[in-house]
Amino acid sequence: MSLRDDDRSSPMTSLEKLSRRAFLSRAGAAGVISATATVAAPLVAATTQEQQVATSESAIPGTVAVTLKVNGDTHKLQIDPRATVLDTLRETLHFTGTKKGCDHGQCGACTVHVNGRRANSCLLLAAMQQNAEITTIEGLGTPDKMHPMQASFVEHDGYQCGYCTSGQIMSAAALQHEPCGPADNDVKEALSGNICRCGAYPNIVAAVQFVRRSA
Amino acid sequence: MQTFELITASTISDAVKAQAASPTAQQGAPVRFIAGGTNLVDYMKLNVETPRKLVDINGLPLDKIEPAQGGGLKIGALARNTDVAHHDVVKAQYSVLSQAILSGASTQLRNMATTAGNLLQKTRCVYYRDTAYGCNKRQPGSGCSAIGGHNRMLAILGTSEKCIASNPSDQNVALTALEASIQVTGSKGERVIPIAQFYTLPGNTPERETVLEPGDLVTHITLPALPDGAKSVYLKLRDRASYEFALASAAIVIKQSNGSIDFVRVALGGVGAKPWRSLEAEKSLHGKAATPANFRAAAEAALHGARPQSQNGFKVELAKRCLVHALTQATA
Repeated sequence: MSLRDDDRSSPMTSLEKLSRRAFLSRAGAAGVISATATVAAPLVAATTQEQQVATSESAIPGTVAVTLKVNGDTHKLQIDPRATVLDTLRETLHFTGTKKGCDHGQCGACTVHVNGRRANSCLLLAAMQQNAEITTIEGLGTPDKMHPMQASFVEHDGYQCGYCTSGQIMSAAALQHEPCGPADNDVKEALSGNICRCGAYPNIVAAVQFVRRSA
Repeated sequence: MQTFELITASTISDAVKAQAASPTAQQGAPVRFIAGGTNLVDYMKLNVETPRKLVDINGLPLDKIEPAQGGGLKIGALARNTDVAHHDVVKAQYSVLSQAILSGASTQLRNMATTAGNLLQKTRCVYYRDTAYGCNKRQPGSGCSAIGGHNRMLAILGTSEKCIASNPSDQNVALTALEASIQVTGSKGERVIPIAQFYTLPGNTPERETVLEPGDLVTHITLPALPDGAKSVYLKLRDRASYEFALASAAIVIKQSNGSIDFVRVALGGVGAKPWRSLEAEKSLHGKAATPANFRAAAEAALHGARPQSQNGFKVELAKRCLVHALTQATA
């Protein structure tokens, strides 16, 4: 979005004075600092000097420290306070299974589980999620060991382009632990926060009902 | 989004002190409380709200739902919409509140959203949401682009020449019919505000929406006990079957005795600049039989002062029929 004139004339932190290019070049290719045993974030080759600056926690003005627990692993991060859980998952931690559809909590493509409950990650500030247990589609199941809901979506052809699918599956998986009536219409209401532009709804409902009925 | 300092409040008095430094609690406050963030983060992404400091209040002990002293129910400000809607006592005794919450938003949003956050939810007016347009609520004096513009979703009751924005919440319509009171703690101590006095009308100052002052923190809401045998209904009419705001909605609490209505509360949603309590409809119904003709008369009384805009004239009749339907359901 474009800057307004008053934005230019009164920046309030040193972070705002940095151009995006300067911010990224200081932080390395990931854009932020992360220190974790399990994230394989291939950094673009940087000079030793830049890396020394980058690994100091206070090197980037205006960032905040947060430790995120994602899919059972812990990630110590230094991030922009404005960063949403969605952007942090995708851009910093490279969990790209969660999608950005509308970025305003209106489509559900970004659905993840936070402490076991489904939420729109585009409206969650990552800096506020210290100690929260976050589960993404990658944590729900893998190709070799699919969650029953994932397997059912495959069996029932519950997708076309696939963009809404991870959000649909995360919602449906959480639905199994929520109060919900037995009918197709109950499932439609429960999943109304996940929009599918391709219109795969009939197969999505079939996939979800299959799992619910076999439980 | 404008950047900000994020602080986490560990006590209620820390939170109050932090926000008391703001010159206002209304539109454009530079210091804001954040709980679920489902409304605030949305508006921050649009630069409609540009707080310099966010006070994270999620750690405060304000999420309980428990009986109120002297009867009734006390709901903590941080109780999530999902938890309120599915609470046994709310479902059994304040069904209209459960119905209203479940008719709004999506499960994901209801999981994140809090009672007080919903109370303070902002309008969905497209011009309010877009900083490219003049909007007296967002920027006093810049004009109302909705008057004569796209106003199909906006208000017909309580509007002014400066602003025709509608309050979009379902929860608040139910709370209005239930005569909830709102407990606030602030720089000068605690006070209780009946919901009928909580919201202001736009008038000449649409940037102000509530009576809250800097430092005020909603701690809980209290629902008074209802008469035994009272029934309640929330009926929401909208373009889509789910996940859509109301064109018109009605919250009814009603009790009959010996063939006549001896207790009735009526509130309308989707049509008011604030959640719309209709004392006119209640007066029309009190002591009368539950008949279609009496319901229709009440609906006429409720919408008597309606001022339709260029694109929402249909709401006048729609709101009347919504009220009649809701009353019919509640007395079936």
